[in-house]
Amino acid sequence: MTNKLLKISDLDIALPEGSERNLAVEKLNIDLSPGETLCIVGESGSGKSLTARALMGLLPAPHVRVSQGKIEFCGEDLTKATEPRMRQIRGSEISMIFQEPMTALNPVMTIGVQIDEIFRFHAAMPQRARRLRAIELLEDVQLPDPKQIVAAYPHELSGGQRQRAMIAMALALEPKILIADEPTTALDVTTQAQILKLISDMQAVHKSGVLFITHDFGVVADIADRVAVMQYGRVVETGSVDKVLNKPEHPYTQALIASVPSLVPRTPRTRADQIVLSAKNVQKSFGGGKSFFGLGKPNRFVHAVKDVTLDLRHGETLGVVGESGSGKSTLARCIIRLLDTDSGKIMLDGVNICDLNRAEMRPWRAKIQMVFQDPFASLNPRIKVGQIISQGPMIQGADRKTAEARARELLEIVGLDVRAFNRYPHEFSGGQRQRIGIARALALNPEILVADEPVSALDVSIQAQILKLLDEIRERMNLSMVFITHDLRVAAQVCDRLAVMRYGEIVETGATREIFEAPQHSYTRDLLAAVPGQNWDRQATSY
Amino acid sequence: MQGIPIILAIVVMNFFLLNLAEGDAVDVLAGEAGSATPEYMEEMRKKFGLDKPLTVQLAHYLKNVVQLDLGFSFRHDMQVTELIVDRFWPTLLLMVSTILLAVGFGVLLGLFAAVNLNTWKDAVVSVFALITYATPLFWVGLMMIILFSIKNDWFPTSGMENSAAFYEGFDRIKDIAHHLVLPTITLSLFYLALYTRMMRASMLEQYGQDYVITARAKGVSERRITFVHVLRNALLPVVTMAGVQVGALIGGSVIVESVFAWPGLGMLAFESLFARDLNLLLGIFLLSSALVVAVNLVVDVIYCFLDPRIEVN
Repeated sequence: MTNKLLKISDLDIALPEGSERNLAVEKLNIDLSPGETLCIVGESGSGKSLTARALMGLLPAPHVRVSQGKIEFCGEDLTKATEPRMRQIRGSEISMIFQEPMTALNPVMTIGVQIDEIFRFHAAMPQRARRLRAIELLEDVQLPDPKQIVAAYPHELSGGQRQRAMIAMALALEPKILIADEPTTALDVTTQAQILKLISDMQAVHKSGVLFITHDFGVVADIADRVAVMQYGRVVETGSVDKVLNKPEHPYTQALIASVPSLVPRTPRTRADQIVLSAKNVQKSFGGGKSFFGLGKPNRFVHAVKDVTLDLRHGETLGVVGESGSGKSTLARCIIRLLDTDSGKIMLDGVNICDLNRAEMRPWRAKIQMVFQDPFASLNPRIKVGQIISQGPMIQGADRKTAEARARELLEIVGLDVRAFNRYPHEFSGGQRQRIGIARALALNPEILVADEPVSALDVSIQAQILKLLDEIRERMNLSMVFITHDLRVAAQVCDRLAVMRYGEIVETGATREIFEAPQHSYTRDLLAAVPGQNWDRQATSY
Repeated sequence: MQGIPIILAIVVMNFFLLNLAEGDAVDVLAGEAGSATPEYMEEMRKKFGLDKPLTVQLAHYLKNVVQLDLGFSFRHDMQVTELIVDRFWPTLLLMVSTILLAVGFGVLLGLFAAVNLNTWKDAVVSVFALITYATPLFWVGLMMIILFSIKNDWFPTSGMENSAAFYEGFDRIKDIAHHLVLPTITLSLFYLALYTRMMRASMLEQYGQDYVITARAKGVSERRITFVHVLRNALLPVVTMAGVQVGALIGGSVIVESVFAWPGLGMLAFESLFARDLNLLLGIFLLSSALVVAVNLVVDVIYCFLDPRIEVN
């Protein structure tokens, strides 16, 4: 026997009959040594999360099960282990952290009790000692004021803090293997950098093997020792991080890596100086109203957009970047007047559209359209694609025939089959739906497109396609675009100019290249420093 | 505090709604007397204050309500307050025991069904819930009387206590409890089915949540996951529903009180509606709405204990 912690050989995971494919994971072979970080990379549906679940014996039985192969953990085959034995291993020898820190903790139990459970089930310790140990753990993961956090409920912590608490829980008994299933996907980039650092620090102390599941090559570059790339349930390539990232052999790996947007901003395009849209001193706040009958305490007050001024020039793409809660989506919604501003002006063709009422606004709506973030939630599931696209022009007074002809034409422009016209949105994948969303926005021949995180819900290869599509139509239809994103890599590739937002304010604006090369504001510098995989990026572009 | 304007609004709405009905107390009294001249009816209306415009009547009524005077029932020749309070306790008793029985057993059965998902036990619970849900209350009541009172003399057929026996103290409590069994079971069966189904669905929903996987990944036993992690979260919607349904329960009690001759508010309301005894009816409505508001307050407090995300202010 070698000193491998984990050796998975020829693992098959069967899906229930009638699924898209028979096996979620096929002939999987990976291993993990102590102190090593193995990254499993793949797009959604590649079977990477199920592999992790299989390891823990947590497959959604009886529908999904291991049908073949071995999972050897220190020489013991986990596929044959009994449930009580698995329960013993889980949490003490193999533990796991999850993607969504918001939902992975029980909302009605305190952090302390949830950490305590680990000791309660795996270690014979008196209650006082367990409590003290819990506080120690919280201190280890650098949570402020651990004594208070032990008694806090999950909703009282921020996303990053919850993920730290999860890590504390997972490391409570110094497990031999830590499985991290996309632990930073739901977090902001600066928080992500901190959590990644915490995981690798903890690993250095405890010498555990880390199985890190992610779709983000930047993260891989930062933390992996070795990488396994998965596609359709198969591992297509494994190797050291240097080999896989810099000299990928399999065409799928090559394609994936090629679609990761580079951090080096693209060459700015020559642009006109004509301003098509300008926001002046826009303010927007929520809440602060009185409760029912004026009794009780007033609602929480949030100043979402503070005194924002920006200009959009003809034909350019203006990026608005910032972390969650920075007010960028609120700003976008104010710009297209989905929300009314509190004060300030939004000038479109010399008219302040904030002053227009509903009916007066209607003709202006055609000029400025929006592409939404969530391609699943933003299309009405009961309306056919053709209607979704042609509704806009018909509201603006076009007759049905013209509108429908235009819809068919647009489907082709966004790269969909014309037969999509008579289908419902649920029949399409995420990327295809986003194409439908774009076609819908284009149906009114807008001059300005506001795109609110249009690619953040998509896999990296699909993301590259959508970005390319947005680029093409921008050229073709001579659009000006406001592009909201939290991803600086995407911003570097798409935007001519950037506005960096924090706490509702714009802290810095400028040409993308200038901001990337010489950020002025300290927050911009922090943001740039937190982007994962920077070293790799420089290497990749150096040859 | 917000309850007071709500109750006042309910009083005003009820007042106008009830006055939409044709006829008044004088019509009924006159009809029963058999021979009343129009002049005599006018005089009675004047005496009862029914000849004044509606708004004046309302203002007068509101003024009295604020002073906690609910007026006089001409039908029963008694103060409304006295009459209602007299009938309130039996109804409250019936309601509380019904709620406890329905929610308690509903939660247990739902839990049992969810834990044994897709087994024969789950099927039995679901079929039981379906049947009780679909059976009309009055029929269940009548069948209960036939089965348990007439065929087997286990429980009394009607009433709240054996007044001829003049029980005192503990004996009286026992006697009332004995009378309470059948009406409570009858009234709670329907709600029991509702809560069973809700609890089952709620448990299953909670089982699908991420925190359950986290707990499993920590090596926590299934037993603790069910009773500590899932149960508390699954109770939240059931408690909300129970609070909302207290109002409906008063409606349901009209039938059960009639079948079992239970001397409660439901029966009183039913009678006073046909006698056009608006004062009494308004009083009952006022009490019911105050009850619903109070119960919702209690539910809010329970909620704060169950769910730390909600704060008491």
